[in-house]
Amino acid sequence: MGEAMARNLITRENLITLVLLAALLVGPLVAVALDETFYVTLATRIAILALAATGLNLALGLGGLVSFGHAAFFGIGGYAAGILATHAFNGEPLIFGLSGTKNMLIIWLVGAVSAAVVAAATGLIALRTSGVYFIMITLAFAQMIYYFAISWPAYGGEDGLSIFVRNGFPGVNTLQPLSFFLLCFAVLIVGLVFFAVLKNSRFGAALQAGRQNETRLAAVGIAPFRIRLAAFVISAMMTAIAGALFADLNRFVSPAMLSWHMSGELIVLIILGGTGRLAGPLAGACVYVLFEFLLGGMTEHWQLFLGLVLLGVVLFARGGVIGLLAGRAHHG
Amino acid sequence: MSLTLLIEQILNGLQFGVMLFLMAAGLTLIFGVMGLINLAHGALFMVGAFACASVAAWTGSFWAGLAASLAAAAAAGAVIELLVIRRLYDRDHLDQVLATFALILIFSEGTRWLFGSFPLYLDIPPLLSGAVSLPGGAPYPVYRLAVIGVGIAVAVGLSLLISRTRLGMRIRAGESDREMIAALGVDITTLYTLVFALGAALAGLAGAMVGALQSVQVGMGEPVLILAFVVIVIGGIGSIRGALFGSILVGLTETLGRVLLPHGLGLFMEPSAAASIGAAIASMLIYILMALILAFRPQGLFAANG
Repeated sequence: MGEAMARNLITRENLITLVLLAALLVGPLVAVALDETFYVTLATRIAILALAATGLNLALGLGGLVSFGHAAFFGIGGYAAGILATHAFNGEPLIFGLSGTKNMLIIWLVGAVSAAVVAAATGLIALRTSGVYFIMITLAFAQMIYYFAISWPAYGGEDGLSIFVRNGFPGVNTLQPLSFFLLCFAVLIVGLVFFAVLKNSRFGAALQAGRQNETRLAAVGIAPFRIRLAAFVISAMMTAIAGALFADLNRFVSPAMLSWHMSGELIVLIILGGTGRLAGPLAGACVYVLFEFLLGGMTEHWQLFLGLVLLGVVLFARGGVIGLLAGRAHHG
Repeated sequence: MSLTLLIEQILNGLQFGVMLFLMAAGLTLIFGVMGLINLAHGALFMVGAFACASVAAWTGSFWAGLAASLAAAAAAGAVIELLVIRRLYDRDHLDQVLATFALILIFSEGTRWLFGSFPLYLDIPPLLSGAVSLPGGAPYPVYRLAVIGVGIAVAVGLSLLISRTRLGMRIRAGESDREMIAALGVDITTLYTLVFALGAALAGLAGAMVGALQSVQVGMGEPVLILAFVVIVIGGIGSIRGALFGSILVGLTETLGRVLLPHGLGLFMEPSAAASIGAAIASMLIYILMALILAFRPQGLFAANG
């Protein structure tokens, strides 16, 4: 068992994961040394998007639940940060006389719990369906929240909500770009470790078995529905925490975070990197953000080329970046 | 709330529903026959609107624009089917979502490149620019009535096409067993291209007709696309009848909800709160409707092929 585990740990895929993480960590350090803080923001963006997509990867990659509505959870996290910070700023109490806060730990908790509640409620209905129905229902629920955010005037409506001073984390000066990056990086590591542990747990095995063959899973006495619902909720919580960080990065949250383009982008990150692979979202986020930055600098029509590249990946390079570098996934 | 206003809003709801039907019919046909989920359907709607607006501006005739919109959308549909879509039939839905998402990016950005970011405007043709008076005396634009008429005509035509013609027979056969009809010697690849182009032309027609009611701009197809998804999920994916029923239901709910909810809440709330809460709930209403329907019938109201 121990030996097998050791062999399982040293795979090409895990090496690639480590190399990617090291590159993501070293990049901003070098950038700070060269006084190019813009690149720190870029790396922070990568880390946060990778975390959000890792959350989605739990449902989509492991469970085969193609959620086209994860922007809802991303946005809920973002609005948790925005709304709590606004109340802390203007001193008005929130519901039940509770006050706002600028403490990230509380914000993450509120964001994650809110996302969990929404995911549980929508998942109860959405998971009764499968295939295309599931895709469209998750999309529709996310649109519902999107339109609600647009037409509800209390928190900025269509214009969004500014966070005047970035929220704080105990012991970390989040106003400094590098410290904020390191915080996001640390959360990403925790997220990736959680994903890896979950993937190799009994729960993860059941979840993946449900994707591969639902009938067999049922035949060994495990009901897929509850496993999937739990995975959907956990996945939403992780994406919500990323959303809170994203709002803090931009110091702004708007309905755009809830839009279906965002849901599409999160799926794109996973497919670009490699579906169901540990480092897939990270690799996808690196490629996507760098692509956006490099091509966006050359032409304002960069999305056209992004579309062409995506089309190329889907049609000809199945398995994404990780699939290309580390070969096909092994089902041990 | 007068009766006239109610009739006016019901007609608006019907017009919106009929427009949704043109989109949803193509989507549901493409899904039913080819098993493909096509996010780029909204892009074809946009292509139709842009073709109509630019040809109408060039020739001065709305009708030439309308013909151009059908041709352009059908041609765009046929081209993407030949180049991209046909490689996706055997793939899982995730690949289909992603590839057609990529097509949206390409179409949107390509259109912005060609036409710029400013919206185009399309005038209602002189023949249809008048108004008729509703019972109660309020005027109602003829153009909107014409849109309803076109929608009904398309619905009838489509059901005749599917139930009475050879092409329709092949489409139905393709829905129930594609391998068998290929084995019987029907050229299934051409059939797929035809169905896709037909769906695209309907989306283009919807885009052209809506283009005269609102501005023609990049991204105009996306909200309609998502509503059309709601429609076919409610109606049952693959069912034309379900698409028609779902479209009218969604069109009426969406339009009437926006008018009636703030009114209704205003009866026991102060007007400003009623207006904002009413608007917020109205924007979510069709999704709530969808959730309710799916909670009881996960396969939609008129589930096709089981």
